[in-house]
Amino acid sequence: MRKLGAVAATGVVLALGLAAWTRQPPPPAQGGTISGKVKFTGAKPVMPKIDMTEEPKCKAKYTAAPPTDEAVIVNANGTLADVFVYVKSGLPASYTAPAPAGPVTLDQDGCRYHPHVLGILVGQALAIKNSDGILHNIKAKAKANRPFNISQPTVMTSSKTFDKPEVMVALECNVHGWMHAWLGVLPHPFFGVSGADGSFTLKGLPPGTYTIEAWHEKYGAQTATVTVAGSETKTADFNFAGK
Amino acid sequence: MTTVAATAHTTPAHHDDRSFIRKYIFSTDHKIIGIQFLFVSLFFLLIGGLLAMQMRWQLAYPGQPMPGGGILPESMAPGGVILPEYYIQLVTMHGTFMVFFAIMPLLVGVYANFLIPLKIGTHDMAFPRINMWSFWAFFAAGLVMLSSLFVPDGAARAGWTMYAPLSARHDYSGASIGQELWSVSIILVGLSSILGSLNYITTIINNRAPGMTWFRMPLSVWSLFITAILGLLALPVLSGAAIMLLFDQIIGTHFFDPAAGGQALLWQHLFWFFGHPEVYILILPAMGMVSDIVANGSRKPIFGYHSMVFAIIAIAFLGWIVWGHHMFMSGMNPTLGSSFMVSTLVIAVPSAVKVFNWMGTMWRGNIQFHVPMLNAVAFVAMFAIGGLSGIYMAATPVDMFIHDTYFIVAHLHYVLFGGSLFALFGAIVYWYPKMFGRMMSERWGKVHFWLTFVLYNCVFFPMHILGMGGMMRRLYDPSQYTFLQPYQPMNVFISISAFLLFATQVIFFVNFWWSLKKGKPAPQNPWNDNGLEWSLPSPAPHGNWEKVPTVYRGPYEFSSPQAAEDFLPQYTKLPTDREPVRAPVAGH
Amino acid sequence: MHWWLPLKGSTFAGEVDGLFLAITIITGIAFVLVEVGLIWFIVKYRQRPGQKAFYTHGNNRAEVIWTTIPAVTMVALGLISNHYWVKIKGRHSVPANAYPIAIHAKQFEWQVTYPGADGQLGTPDDFTVRNQLHVPVGRPVVVHLSSEDVIHSFFVPVFRVKQDAVPGMEINAWFQATVPGTYELGCAELCGLGHYRMRAQVVVHSQEDYDAWMKQAAQEASQ
Repeated sequence: MRKLGAVAATGVVLALGLAAWTRQPPPPAQGGTISGKVKFTGAKPVMPKIDMTEEPKCKAKYTAAPPTDEAVIVNANGTLADVFVYVKSGLPASYTAPAPAGPVTLDQDGCRYHPHVLGILVGQALAIKNSDGILHNIKAKAKANRPFNISQPTVMTSSKTFDKPEVMVALECNVHGWMHAWLGVLPHPFFGVSGADGSFTLKGLPPGTYTIEAWHEKYGAQTATVTVAGSETKTADFNFAGK
Repeated sequence: MTTVAATAHTTPAHHDDRSFIRKYIFSTDHKIIGIQFLFVSLFFLLIGGLLAMQMRWQLAYPGQPMPGGGILPESMAPGGVILPEYYIQLVTMHGTFMVFFAIMPLLVGVYANFLIPLKIGTHDMAFPRINMWSFWAFFAAGLVMLSSLFVPDGAARAGWTMYAPLSARHDYSGASIGQELWSVSIILVGLSSILGSLNYITTIINNRAPGMTWFRMPLSVWSLFITAILGLLALPVLSGAAIMLLFDQIIGTHFFDPAAGGQALLWQHLFWFFGHPEVYILILPAMGMVSDIVANGSRKPIFGYHSMVFAIIAIAFLGWIVWGHHMFMSGMNPTLGSSFMVSTLVIAVPSAVKVFNWMGTMWRGNIQFHVPMLNAVAFVAMFAIGGLSGIYMAATPVDMFIHDTYFIVAHLHYVLFGGSLFALFGAIVYWYPKMFGRMMSERWGKVHFWLTFVLYNCVFFPMHILGMGGMMRRLYDPSQYTFLQPYQPMNVFISISAFLLFATQVIFFVNFWWSLKKGKPAPQNPWNDNGLEWSLPSPAPHGNWEKVPTVYRGPYEFSSPQAAEDFLPQYTKLPTDREPVRAPVAGH
Repeated sequence: MHWWLPLKGSTFAGEVDGLFLAITIITGIAFVLVEVGLIWFIVKYRQRPGQKAFYTHGNNRAEVIWTTIPAVTMVALGLISNHYWVKIKGRHSVPANAYPIAIHAKQFEWQVTYPGADGQLGTPDDFTVRNQLHVPVGRPVVVHLSSEDVIHSFFVPVFRVKQDAVPGMEINAWFQATVPGTYELGCAELCGLGHYRMRAQVVVHSQEDYDAWMKQAAQEASQ
């Protein structure tokens, strides 16, 4: 009995020690923020319409206006949407990303990918949803990660993970040749996609000097260097010129 | 006329002091090797059937969860619903297992090994150890092929014909290591076949018993001999092609990838240059064994023995110059289409001659419908249909329409199942006593035969209609096409018949396994047949004979005026017979 | 559901079907001979007590007859078939004034390029549509087939036309549609997981309807 008690006490002490040793220092309250806008200069390109006659179920979902190609989306305020902005370098070597809260969802609805551009953590689950109920295949033309090509003939969700950082993995459907999406796989959560107002925000950054990159599928990538300290917010804008 | 009782005058061997491993596992005895091929091939026949059942479910009820489908992983059938990429794996692996791991080894690996030394009168094959390696290469190939179903990204999926560049590039097929394993397995199968052929050819040429002249050999042996030559020359082409494909897949060559300077049609030429002789490998031994059984069942000599031999040789010879008929639509020069059409139409002639000769054998016979005879007659009837449907394909303008439709699927199953598999059912029952010393149940053999015969026609005959309607092959869901939707009830009918057909095979399997221990002990010559093997006890002992028999006549002397019984074995010496001129080989 | 072949929608459908029927008659005769013969023999020559089989090794005259008749039949069939083969697929079979359409097959769609108002491919007024093949009735059409990736096969059952689309090759397939209507095109060579859905709509228009469609489609494509 006494021996058991001694063993138990040692165990508790060792466990506490192990927990203390491996405990991460808590992140600074809120951390630094980099935000900005992705501006677009030049003539707004006219995107071709997508003819979905071959897929009546999808065509029927577009009652207001026919769908158009999503390669370039220029917002009303002259900014560029669907630009993937992320921290390319500058995080301390000891940085480890927190565990992902849950999966990232990529939905196939109306024979389009929603979202068109997205980011995911290394090891995080990508929940690929087929809301259309007709055959889609998802071909991931990954280079650093294992490529895959899986089909979803009905309403269903498949899960995939990526174990290496890669910017960007091209996703496409071969049954509906106009369907494309772009996926950025990163070892940290500091990424975002510019939305309908062209803005992006990267929150919770530890203090440091960062190289951030803005990537667009047609107009290429641009970088900027930003230093943040404490919980300050810094602005970094990008400007893509239309051709 | 003298009466001669057909009892054994031969001297069976009976000295056998080998260990269990040497006797049954790593055996060099051709009979054990044949039995090993039999057990393993029957297993793969079952696997091929299971794969087909899943395909038939999907075709009848597209997108519906399959009963029992829950055990399949998400990558194959989430919620039991077969995925398109799994379906084409099923299609590919069904064809691959059935051709390379069931029918070919059952016909050649089993019967060339088991029958040749027994039927020509020698102790074993010319190279017994090479023979053993032939089996183990086959076994290894089977394990590799089976494993490919369980690897990440699944099995090969470009059809058993494995057309490039779909098969060569992972980004086109979605498979990865599964495709490579197919190539590796096929290389091993090729090796097994080549090693076997070396034995069969050498043994038949060199080791026939005294008096066993070429034209006294049974047609089963002739067909196995010609088949072995086909195999020796054709399998290396397949192996070569598989090696090139493997190199494209793993070391960055581009033999078959046009995007990098290769040629897509090169694969087709190589594959079909092997593939056409291969289909004759898949039918000739069946034809040979059917000849033996039909003569026996009719109690009459085979009609036109010499014509039958020349027909076998003609089929094999012409088989080398018809391969392009698989490629009429491939984009190859249309002039080649004309030349291959001619050679293909010509090859119909020796096959027709054989059918007429089998009928001639039955004509004015005294036909006994034992189970092997039932199956052999079904072979003739079904092979005739399969052969006749081939004529549509040979006519190139018609092939334009029916190429890659279910008309082709119907044709190939009529010759491979209606033909080869029925012949195998007959052969397995026929030579079972000599293999195992027991008889299979006659009654259950008849039940199995009739059910199989009816259900088999219910499954495959309607496929001609599907093909005529334009239903393409390898379709995961035919209802996607408006013009095919009216045929869906026929697909359901076929699938239900197929499920029943598969279930019926349980009867055969149970009969086979149960009879091994519980079957009626077999007499020496249960079918009153004439071949040399029936001079030995059932089962035949290791080494076969102490001293090989002498042969005095051809193999089909049934209802001969020289004998009171309606059969007269090859080894029975009548007072009027003379000893053969050739001196026995030393040590025989 | 048809128990025979589909609607005849092209000039050579009749010829193909005619050949099919001829072969059915020939093989039908052989089929009846063999199957009825077998049944007859099974019944007539089944074992009976006291019956003995007729001991013979064959008959050379029979061999000659049943070798010669099939051989002659096959040769005749070959000659007739070849005549149509050369007409439909021969190297010089494409009619001179055939209307050109380019079809680029790709996993898993058919990209159909029309020559536009000038009727010539390779000019700026060409436009491409996915999975829609529109052709005028009563005019020869030549499809220039190519493939982006793997082997596909262009198959229109009602036209009785089939031709593999092979990567690295440009292959011509011609036909002349005879019946206006809407039909289907399917892929007849396993090309991957989407093979079963690689279908296109085929619309055969009267010439005026075709011109109207062409104008409208060209406009839509340029938007």
